Amino acid sequence: MSTRRWEAVVIGCSAGGLEVLRLILPGLPADFPLPVIVVSHTAADSGGLLAGLLGRYCRLAVSDADDKSPVTRGSIHVAPAGYHLLIEKDRTFALNTDPKVCNVRPSVDVLFETAAEAFSGRLIGVLLTGANEDGCRGMAAIKGGGGLTIAQSPETAFADTMPRSAISAGVVDQVLAPAAILARLLRLTTPQGPSPDMRQDTTGH
Amino acid sequence: MKDAEINDIAIDLFVEALYRRYGYDFRNYARASLKRRVKELALALGFNHVSELISPLLHDPAFVDQVVPKLSVPVTEMFRDPAVFLAMRRQVLPVLASYPRINIWQAGCATGEEVYSLAIMLKEEGLYDRARIYATDINDVALARAEEGIFALRHLKDFSANYLKAGGRQSLSDYYHAAYEHASMDRSLKENMVFARHNLASDGVFCEVNMIVCRNVLIYFDRLLQNRVLRLFRDSLIRQGFLCLGTRESLRFSEIGDDFAAVDEDQKLYRKVLIAVGES
Repeated sequence: MSTRRWEAVVIGCSAGGLEVLRLILPGLPADFPLPVIVVSHTAADSGGLLAGLLGRYCRLAVSDADDKSPVTRGSIHVAPAGYHLLIEKDRTFALNTDPKVCNVRPSVDVLFETAAEAFSGRLIGVLLTGANEDGCRGMAAIKGGGGLTIAQSPETAFADTMPRSAISAGVVDQVLAPAAILARLLRLTTPQGPSPDMRQDTTGH
Repeated sequence: MKDAEINDIAIDLFVEALYRRYGYDFRNYARASLKRRVKELALALGFNHVSELISPLLHDPAFVDQVVPKLSVPVTEMFRDPAVFLAMRRQVLPVLASYPRINIWQAGCATGEEVYSLAIMLKEEGLYDRARIYATDINDVALARAEEGIFALRHLKDFSANYLKAGGRQSLSDYYHAAYEHASMDRSLKENMVFARHNLASDGVFCEVNMIVCRNVLIYFDRLLQNRVLRLFRDSLIRQGFLCLGTRESLRFSEIGDDFAAVDEDQKLYRKVLIAVGES
């Protein structure tokens, strides 16, 4: 598992999502090696609010994703309220105001499905608390493309419809509580055992 | 080869067929969004694969009229992003008031909700009598609905809230007649509206205007097409004319950024500089 080169993490959530994001995202170090992209169902007029809130707690920079800007490491990119967030093949962001999917915009499915194509088997999808079934198709696309899918354990979710629908569709690899999701993300992105670089670090400092 | 890669080929062929057979040019549309729309179109027409769209497209001339409206699905509302309309009312309309005639181009008007919003605002500021709004779109079906000005009544509650946040001076219900679950916009609002088909990907300048409103259209285009359209806007605006873009669109990274100054960067209101350097 350590040799696998993951290239991005996508996270989707709805009702109760902010609290869970606050349990996970602040634990990511400033040098977390993967871009993190978040869709949360927020009211259309709360422009920049989620990014502002999360930014206060995170070591990684948090900002609304801009149309045509590159998906970069060292950042948490948030879908702007009122827009679907998509990933182009060249790994830049795209926004649109197409009709709602699963009654929401931004939709988790739209991000996950386009990210699954852009990153194919090198994508980690995380589906958290939520009261609708958005995200289920997206998780299927990630798993189908050879990526890794993680769902929040329903008993720890404020609203369990979202993770439960993906779990019962059979498209979830791992079901974990929020703290374990953070630990898993850190472990997946840390080489197992001391690498030559790390050994050098311990002697050199 | 993966299904996704095969689908990519089909999308390329479909876009090419649409262009070479009918001249509709979607080649420089942002690909991820276009792809979702084409896939949904194929599903809605009962096809399993995008490739099945290509044969009827090539051989049945009536089929294209079913296709094009579905590729530019309009989603809009009255006074959407009310802060933008408030800024326009406060910072742009007082300047426009100094002109004897006011030409406004709403590019990509979709079903017209914003055209009526503009007309209401101009009316309340005493400017509508000398204004003309050119509302254009590539989508004939949407244009016809825009010209009708009839909207589902269930949306009017949200529209009213937007209207008030946008600095509305009366009640939105003063501007429509409600009947059978629909709101029909007042006829007087339509007096100075001109609806026309215009394709931003291929058509040129058609008039000289004081303000262009084009919101959430550029996000559907790639950089190349974005720059083409922005040049078209620059060339259509009078000196010191205004440009209003969508809240997630910006001139910052465009080729013509130097030809405009921000009036309000947050609300994406720009003004063409006195002497635009890039203008031919």
